[in-house]
Amino acid sequence: MGEARLSSKGDTVNHEMVRLIEPLIPALRRYARALMRERTAADDLVQDCLERAISRWHQRRPGEDPRAWIFTILHNLAMTRLRRSTQRPIHIGLDDADPASFASAARQEDGLRCQDLVNALAQLPDEQRTVLLLVTVEELSYADAAQVLGVPIGTVMSRLSRARERLARLMSADPRAARPSPHLRSVK
Amino acid sequence: MNPLPITEDDLNGFVDGTLTPERHAEVSAYLDAHPHIGRRIAVYGEQRDMLRDAFAPVMDEPVPTELDLSRMIEERRLPRQAPRWAMAAAAVLLLSVGAAGGWSLRDLSPPTSEGVQALAREAAASYATYVPDQVRPVEIRASDRDVLAAWTAKRIGRPIGIPDLTAAGYRLMGGRVVPTEHGPAALFMFDDDRGTRLVMLARPMKADPALPMSPHTDGALNGFAWADDGLGYSLVGAVAPDRLHPLADELRRQIRSEA
Repeated sequence: MGEARLSSKGDTVNHEMVRLIEPLIPALRRYARALMRERTAADDLVQDCLERAISRWHQRRPGEDPRAWIFTILHNLAMTRLRRSTQRPIHIGLDDADPASFASAARQEDGLRCQDLVNALAQLPDEQRTVLLLVTVEELSYADAAQVLGVPIGTVMSRLSRARERLARLMSADPRAARPSPHLRSVK
Repeated sequence: MNPLPITEDDLNGFVDGTLTPERHAEVSAYLDAHPHIGRRIAVYGEQRDMLRDAFAPVMDEPVPTELDLSRMIEERRLPRQAPRWAMAAAAVLLLSVGAAGGWSLRDLSPPTSEGVQALAREAAASYATYVPDQVRPVEIRASDRDVLAAWTAKRIGRPIGIPDLTAAGYRLMGGRVVPTEHGPAALFMFDDDRGTRLVMLARPMKADPALPMSPHTDGALNGFAWADDGLGYSLVGAVAPDRLHPLADELRRQIRSEA
């Protein structure tokens, strides 16, 4: 059985996994939160990701960068869920959806602009939003971002340019334009 | 010699700090000479800082207990000590079900029905295919229970209750739609974290819409099958019949009470 296979040898493997993966959990939560916009859904996603990582740890290629590896798992799970939720809009609780929960409250006037930015970000297509987050917030190299997204580096670069341009456009002109229309709500 | 032309990739690299110092200086000079592009790149830099600030607070949050990696690994590895109260609760439950006449030997009859025999074969075949699968024993995991319920309901043509055996020490792993000779069936898999997996198969029963519970066996694999309200069920596992029977009864009880 799978469980029996991890005995004493498994302990070393598990120690190694904890050592390499545990420090990445806050960043995994951050990427998940930026994509899902809601704490519970995001942490649920990270939990799913960690479970998969545990069962697939032995399939990892030796020397493979653990950060790119686990972000790939998280990214793929997130895309599956987001696709599913666009087919069937889920109700978002008002508290959970409040974008101000992302904004650092340090400076009030920046906080507002920050909120506009988070709203504008949500309007980018997934392929642009994800590349922008992976490169700027998670600081993945272009090559690692390409691995996580499963596309060539050239595609990463062109999506990144489009994402930056579009976000700038949404943020400039009228800040109202960057406010999303009210959240989709399910009609029951 | 002329410097290489500045590309969009250089501009992104400038914002993300990935250029060599020489290239960085060249791009910087270019942006000074082309202020309107310089302004665009300054905006991108500002975007970058703001995005990082916006999501920085998440990094400082305490990591929730459910995301404690060491604990998750432990829980997978060690045989789960079913809490004593859960065992006791299960025992009480089974006693009360037994007392109410829900499970007793008179309920058992030999599998004479063709329909139940087919169902038993199909459940055993699904068990043999999916239970030993270490990579993907189930298609939809228990965490997506709603998706699983919706999918099986859609393919089978009516909702199939997903029972809960946690009180008896079995956790739902998830499930999938599987093919049978009689059309799509819903498969739900359970395990007790000691490597014992059980499979419940459910599909419409055209010929025998209602049948009492009957045991079936195939080598080390035991099963109990029954039909209610046009749906046939079989619970199979490499578990002794006297341990499997109360679980099958509990499944039937839950499914009946949900219906």
